[in-house]
Amino acid sequence: MINERNLPILATLLVFILLYGFGMYEYKGFRDTLVFSNLLTDNAFLIITAIGMTFVILSGGIDLSVGSMIAFIGVLMAYLITSTGMHPLFAIGIALVVGVAFGAIMGVIIAFFEIQAFIVTLAGMFLFRGLAYLINLDAVPIDHPFITGLYDIYVPLPGRGGLTFIAMAMLVLLALGILLARRTRFGMSVYALGGDSHSAALLGVPVKKTIIKIYALSGFYSAMSGVIFAIYTGSAYPLAAVGVELDAIAAVVIGGTLLTGGVGYVFGTFLGGMIQGIIQTLITFDGSLNSWWTKLAVGGLLLFFILLQKGIVVWVKKRSAA
Amino acid sequence: MKKNNFLHKHQKTLAPLLSLVLIILITASVTPGFLSIRMVDGHLFGSLLDILHRATPTALVALGMAVVIGTRGIDLSVGAVIAISGAVTAVLTVNTDWPVWVVILCALGTGMLCGLWNGILVSVFNIQPIVATLILMVAGRGIAQMITEGQIVTFHSDVLDAIGNGYFLAFPIRVWIAIGMIVLTVLVMRKTALGLFIEAVGANVRASRLVGIEARLLVLSAYVFSGLCAAMSGIILAADIRGADANNAGLWLELDAILAVVLAGASLAGGRIYLLLTIVGVLIIQTLTTAILTSGLPAQYNLVVKATIILAVLLVQSPKTRQWLSDFFMKKKHAENSRTGNPDTGKGSIEP
Repeated sequence: MINERNLPILATLLVFILLYGFGMYEYKGFRDTLVFSNLLTDNAFLIITAIGMTFVILSGGIDLSVGSMIAFIGVLMAYLITSTGMHPLFAIGIALVVGVAFGAIMGVIIAFFEIQAFIVTLAGMFLFRGLAYLINLDAVPIDHPFITGLYDIYVPLPGRGGLTFIAMAMLVLLALGILLARRTRFGMSVYALGGDSHSAALLGVPVKKTIIKIYALSGFYSAMSGVIFAIYTGSAYPLAAVGVELDAIAAVVIGGTLLTGGVGYVFGTFLGGMIQGIIQTLITFDGSLNSWWTKLAVGGLLLFFILLQKGIVVWVKKRSAA
Repeated sequence: MKKNNFLHKHQKTLAPLLSLVLIILITASVTPGFLSIRMVDGHLFGSLLDILHRATPTALVALGMAVVIGTRGIDLSVGAVIAISGAVTAVLTVNTDWPVWVVILCALGTGMLCGLWNGILVSVFNIQPIVATLILMVAGRGIAQMITEGQIVTFHSDVLDAIGNGYFLAFPIRVWIAIGMIVLTVLVMRKTALGLFIEAVGANVRASRLVGIEARLLVLSAYVFSGLCAAMSGIILAADIRGADANNAGLWLELDAILAVVLAGASLAGGRIYLLLTIVGVLIIQTLTTAILTSGLPAQYNLVVKATIILAVLLVQSPKTRQWLSDFFMKKKHAENSRTGNPDTGKGSIEP
């Protein structure tokens, strides 16, 4: 049934189909499954980050530290693997624990000191970037056979495309995110918190605990994204992923999640990330357009979806008042 | 007792000022010659002057940011506006033979247009400021790249060179520009009712509307002002390097500006504007940066130190911390008083 809560995600789906359809109609190469599987691989790290961001935004918060976290985790992993000779699996484990711990610390500051998430995660953004610089100033290759082995895993699809390990990891994390949001008590608490934190507290939602868990989860997803990014590029660089936090927020908003919190779907975020990827691919296919058109197009879409959300909210208010 | 009262009354003002003095003194003790100022060819030189020189773009941006934050808003797009106005300055200087003042007016006008766009989204469409200004932050660098056609445009103009690196009465011209702007803003905000109105809007939009303040127009003009400040900063930054770099001009400046406003003790929840303390905040940040660079510590410590300081300031400023601290001290006082039987209970100053 179409109700106003589903309108933004329906709009997202429509934009996705229109853009993809336009690409298929205009360019022959676009019809191959290769384009789709490349979209999955190339945007995997962005979508993974954005899934964590979805929970944060659903709860009415924001996490600006994710881009720096990606760079920091990558550099940390590279250091553990190349300088201490640790097996990549352990290094990934340590990196993930560090990511979750830092996320949880930010959550504690936000929950217990009641400081705005925006400014706390801004400090986190500085801190993680700085920590990455402290470990290493240059780009380091990660050429451990285990990492390159992961990169080479490949399940062919009909046509020329195929699922890489990176794409599969992203899809697994996406499924996990959808389950967390829809099928667990934690997910319900996140939605309740974003709807109205005061009523949520009255209804017995453990507000502080949930906030800490949300930022720890965002830390987990952005750390995971850092690991995927390191496998994807085969290297670590402290200046990597600058500005990814904005792309992630844009993916969440274009995916139909209300920025005021409480309404949205994790799957929409996946579509939002893919839409950004499609725009980039279309611009590459066209060949005559410059890369800045991506920024303009994403900015334009962002504006469109924010105004759409605003319109729906106003419309619902008017209807419920009448 | 009197002194205690003075401290108590002015602790908010004193804290940033004392931190600035402290940082300068510590740096001076570590780096010899940090405080020395020389006169060469009628120009002042020295580390302190260098700090002033480098702080001007951030100071201008922070001025606009302070006003916007006073209305319970935030302007994330200032970095992008800096890139756009720098691009306009460079392209117009290279491609037209318009007089410099027209070029500068065009760049300032572009900045105000950007601010107007933000202001309309915030005050007419009622979109949250973080989100509304995020749009221009994302798209703005694209616009700047479109203006410069993806290139770093270099230019030459005597007047712009003077704005970027010239001297007037022993001080850099850009410092004079910043001082002029600060004095003007302070006069307008403190000697007219405008400042009061803006703080009223930030403290409570509905209440201010009920007493007849045109809230929408005020919020709108705050963003236009922020755009104007960012454009000024953009012109100075472009003039400094004699070129416009759409990708890197003013990158992360919005964060430094927000940090300066928060260091000055303003709450991000709006309602208070501390213009001069914001400038002190800017100087603290710039002094720290310069101190880290001159003290021989590797430059990469810069971000970690900055982040640690923001977190420390935030934790100290948090009402929760104050509550816990005062609870703690009250308990202690109480215990002491019940022991000594002194009825005059605690009015001691609790240093934050």
